[in-house]
Amino acid sequence: MTGWLGKAFVAAILVFLAAPLVVVAGVSINQPKRLLFPPEGLSLKWYGELFTKSDWAGSLTNSAIIAVLAGLLAVSVALPLALYIWSRGGLLGRVLFGLGIAPFLLPPVISALGFMVFWISAGLYGHILATIISHAVFLVALPLVTISLGLESIDRSLIEAARIMGANRRTVFLTVVFPLVRPYVVSGFAFAVVLSLNEYIIAYMVAGFSAETLPIKIFNSLRYGYTPVMASAAVLFVLIAVVVFGAIARFGDLPRLLGAHRSQDA
Amino acid sequence: MRQRREEAASWPQAFFPGLVLLVFFVIPFAIMLTVSFFKRIEGGFFEPSFELSNYIRFLSPFFGKILFTSIALAAGAAAIVVVIAFPFTYIVSRMDRRTQTIILVFILSVLSLSEVIIGFAWSTLLSRTAGIGNLIAWLGLSDAPQAYTPGLVALILGLSYLGFPYAVLTMYPAISRLDPELPEAARMSGASPLKAFVSVTLPIMRRTITGALILVFVFTLGAYLLPQVLGRPAHWTLPVHITDQAIFQSNIPFGAAMATFFLLVSLALVGLALAVSGDRKGSQP
Repeated sequence: MTGWLGKAFVAAILVFLAAPLVVVAGVSINQPKRLLFPPEGLSLKWYGELFTKSDWAGSLTNSAIIAVLAGLLAVSVALPLALYIWSRGGLLGRVLFGLGIAPFLLPPVISALGFMVFWISAGLYGHILATIISHAVFLVALPLVTISLGLESIDRSLIEAARIMGANRRTVFLTVVFPLVRPYVVSGFAFAVVLSLNEYIIAYMVAGFSAETLPIKIFNSLRYGYTPVMASAAVLFVLIAVVVFGAIARFGDLPRLLGAHRSQDA
Repeated sequence: MRQRREEAASWPQAFFPGLVLLVFFVIPFAIMLTVSFFKRIEGGFFEPSFELSNYIRFLSPFFGKILFTSIALAAGAAAIVVVIAFPFTYIVSRMDRRTQTIILVFILSVLSLSEVIIGFAWSTLLSRTAGIGNLIAWLGLSDAPQAYTPGLVALILGLSYLGFPYAVLTMYPAISRLDPELPEAARMSGASPLKAFVSVTLPIMRRTITGALILVFVFTLGAYLLPQVLGRPAHWTLPVHITDQAIFQSNIPFGAAMATFFLLVSLALVGLALAVSGDRKGSQP
């Protein structure tokens, strides 16, 4: 299974996964405003429009604000929760953990409708704050899982040692626990930000008409015609994802973060 | 049971997360459930009432057809995806750490892609002017380039593309922890690599595969944009109709009733998947 035939199979699948992205990258640098591949003439003007034309730049700004604030809020919920579950466990911990990962495991359209009726009732329907909080709740699962993984990898004798030396709980947290889980906090935040940037249905149902995000803008333009700016926006998203996940892999142990436990030597 | 320690944190630590999840997750779901019994108002949102009419509409052929289409599409895509993703993940998990990490970065990037972008990318790839139709015509297999979207095949391709990275990452933990000596032993006793894979690896992984099948099914069942971008109106699935009712038909109560139904089905399926794939806590170090 791992011979050349297996490698060829893996390579073929990777080509299948890359193909649509390559074509989109190709059409994003077309000279004419038409959907053509291979591209005719080379131009980066569509990337320029993405950042300068007010409607595209506006949704790009909305997306960035929502993603960063939702990511921060998700981490600020996930970190104390993960710490509580790690140090206490118990029924409440398990219930809260379940509540934390449920929004992410369920089909997003369900949460989207739940959020929609909630914000209508709360009077914030259509407000960007509704999108930020909804995204944060939807994405709590990611930092919750990564931080829990990080806490589990901490050697408990380190904490015992710190306690014996006379450190109080606060000092133990700040000098031992937090530095050890920091990479997991950062990766959880990064996962949440990337997924918030790409999220469509919740953002659309909660405030789709007033706080337009980039995915909503792309879908709207897809419905009313074609512009290569869509392609350049898509390429930007792929690049952000590759850079963020590449950085996590560079500075952390990605296979372990994704659940591989057996130590594998290169 | 987790070891309790004296210096354990006190409950206020759980207060803020608990409050946020209660107010912004549990309450919205409670409201959604309530609204599903409400009455719609023409030109507005809804008004308090108690009626079962929204649920009675499930018995109509209209709803039956939507349900059948949604389940058939998601089941088809889930089956295709898991059959391909299992050997893929198995081979990747046996590669050296560096190659593995690069492939995982790529898989994660594809996973995080918005359905909008996947839909747009596939409709481009299958289009007449920029798609594989050009390649097929150039190879002389067809007279002139043609479009392959929208249609059932395009939609199944798109759903498989959406579900594939999810299937890989769902099965990756179990597959990467698989003891490599088991298939090795089968090979020593004279089985070919393929036979060792089919007769040893696959049976051990049966629970993982079943769990992944269900989770990918729920995941693709949630697809909202692909049926609209790559499919025809006949292929519209439950999520499309839920949104359509809530936003375009201004019938939030009926949308909420469909979402409640969808919630119960998904919860049951996710619970089943977690039960089938075994207690995850047991495998922690």
